[in-house]
Amino acid sequence: MVIPKCAARPDCTREHGLELLYQMIRIRRFEEKCAELYSRGKIRGFLHLYIGEEGVAVGALAALDEDDAIVATYREHGQALVRGIPAGEIMAEMYGKANGCSRGRGGSMHLFDARRRFFGGNAIVGGGLPMAVGLALADKLQKRERATVCIFGDGAVAEGAFHESLNLAALWKLPVLFLCENNLYAMGTAIERHQSQTDIAQKGANYGIPAEAVDGMDVLAVEQVSRLALDGVRSGAGPFLLEARTYRFRAHSMYDAELYRSKDEVEQWKRRDPIAFLTARLREAHQLSDGELAALESRVAAEIDEAVAVAEGGPWEPLADLTKDVYTPQSTVGAGITQATRASRNAVSQPQVTP
Amino acid sequence: MTKMTYREAVRAGLREALQNDPQVFLMGEDVGRYGGSYACSKGFLDEFGPERIRDTPLSENSFMGAGIGAALGGMRPIVEIMTVNFSLLALDQVVNNAAALRHMSGGQVSVPLVVRMATGGGRQLAAQHSHSLEGWYAHVPGIKVVAPATIADARTMLGLALREPDPVFIFEHAMLYPQEGEFDETTPPSGLEGAAIRRPGRDVTLVTYGGSLGKCLAAAETLAPTGVACEVIDLRSLRPLDMDTVLQSVAKTHRAVIVDEGWRTGSLAGEISAQIMERGFYDLDAPVARVCSVEVPIPYAKHLEDAALPQPERIVSTIQELLASHD
Ligand SMILES: Cc1ncc(C[n+]2csc(CCOP(=O)(O)OP(=O)(O)O)c2C)c(N)n1
Ligand SMILES: [Mg+2]
Repeated sequence: MVIPKCAARPDCTREHGLELLYQMIRIRRFEEKCAELYSRGKIRGFLHLYIGEEGVAVGALAALDEDDAIVATYREHGQALVRGIPAGEIMAEMYGKANGCSRGRGGSMHLFDARRRFFGGNAIVGGGLPMAVGLALADKLQKRERATVCIFGDGAVAEGAFHESLNLAALWKLPVLFLCENNLYAMGTAIERHQSQTDIAQKGANYGIPAEAVDGMDVLAVEQVSRLALDGVRSGAGPFLLEARTYRFRAHSMYDAELYRSKDEVEQWKRRDPIAFLTARLREAHQLSDGELAALESRVAAEIDEAVAVAEGGPWEPLADLTKDVYTPQSTVGAGITQATRASRNAVSQPQVTP
Repeated sequence: MTKMTYREAVRAGLREALQNDPQVFLMGEDVGRYGGSYACSKGFLDEFGPERIRDTPLSENSFMGAGIGAALGGMRPIVEIMTVNFSLLALDQVVNNAAALRHMSGGQVSVPLVVRMATGGGRQLAAQHSHSLEGWYAHVPGIKVVAPATIADARTMLGLALREPDPVFIFEHAMLYPQEGEFDETTPPSGLEGAAIRRPGRDVTLVTYGGSLGKCLAAAETLAPTGVACEVIDLRSLRPLDMDTVLQSVAKTHRAVIVDEGWRTGSLAGEISAQIMERGFYDLDAPVARVCSVEVPIPYAKHLEDAALPQPERIVSTIQELLASHD
């Protein structure tokens, strides 16, 4: 396994480094706000925080094109934000408001934006993998050179869907980047207790899929490997398996007793905080001043305040619309192409009008 | 009398089963180190060790199948699936193996397997975590399906299930775990299968189970001062169904309302209604009514979720309409 060091990144400009830092801080602060709103009862249900893992989403998504597709898990606030779903729409979704990105139907675990080809937070572990294969198949059949990124946790690797999807994608040479966020735990089960082969990247070989492991706490490295992987994927070489080694700093969902890991282990990993890591690197290179960092933080703070205002001010879906969107309205069905498909097809060129 | 929560009752039942029979073991996701996703097996890993409290990978179909195999091989496995929503990944092993093996082998083998899982909505967990699919399981011959709704049943049904030679599926409604009640250690447990009358009444029969029992009792309480006496039947077992108890009640009240958190179409409520029609048609003074979940994947927003699931108010108004239009 080659773990590219970020020192080997002469291609990374200062602006780009600052942008990556900004995106990670955005996710961190957004989720800290979510945690606060959860304890105030504004956000309900399950809330899985990504804190500690930001380098993975920010690095990998930086390597994506606008028309690439993303399939994510229930721990997807970070991916949704980086993808460009407005923070207000995400926050409104968590409030269950009608102006949320899934109209209040999905909540934290099911953020969707078909226009941005963000095909959802999926809360069935492993549930997204076969779907990603299908999205890539559609691209291949229609001769489009774009990729589908499928994000899942280490826990999902134990599901049959993981193995079946890798096999199918390799067999049909489909443009999928399988991105495993290996945070070493599936809820309370440590990877040594759920995988006979804990080196997830190794599993690619079984299916003839090229694979790489990368330090997920190093956003620059994640971006670099993702770019290389996606070059191959887009050029028709077939799928790629990327394992990002990372760690979640918080509980699995909002609360758990964390009986399954030691405080010391958590503290060790916190010393490798991806935000602190990049900040330090930019500092060393004299590319980030105190003032710039403060400006960045206040830009983020303003965006989050605005997001909360959008959520607070958003309307509730009328009860009369409870069964809306169980089926596609007949009026929008044309020549066998559903609205969602059309939306994703026209993703970049044409903004979708919701009827 | 001991005061305990439903969760404590489930836990006590599990503990007793593990203590009583060395062949019994528990396996499922996070049953060990995490203590169970609903904390029903907290502390068990220390007490019974990792051989008997087995954390599994996220591989529902495989560990369900492993439970079936272990049962064939002489063990008494208890398989825990976190929620019925994830059990869909294991449905192949359930329907094609657990339920079919005995018959398909001409009676040569039995599968003494117990499977527990949480079911139901009400916690704003949206469409992939909130469904009530126990009615699908009740569709399948070869397995038994029970739904403990009371503290006593939560405490005793597991032990009863472990005496069965065939697969038993236990559905625990997720909203029940924190509920408190009394458990009388001296009362012998009712059998695994019969329905129970939880509240006697003469005007209308409410047929329900699991997480909807409390809602029916609340509706009955609301209606009592208006002079409407509801008889509330807790099915307890969804397969087999104790229709005799239901029909005896309908013969007395002449009206039936079925309350079932499953979706209406193709529901268990539909089956019960059909059986009342088949066997109790001439006892009815009014059409059978149903209060089920609205046909929508359960939404996240609270007001929408509340509206999608059966609620005491909807049960009350259904009963009132039934009485008003067919007095
Ligand atoms: C099929 C299925 N089984 C069980 C669950 C319950 N569950 C939700 S998340 C989770 C752990 C998943 O771990 P991992 O894939 O590593 O993702 P992480 O939470 O660490 O990001 C479990 C067991 C589920 N959602 N879906
Ligand atoms: Mg994990």
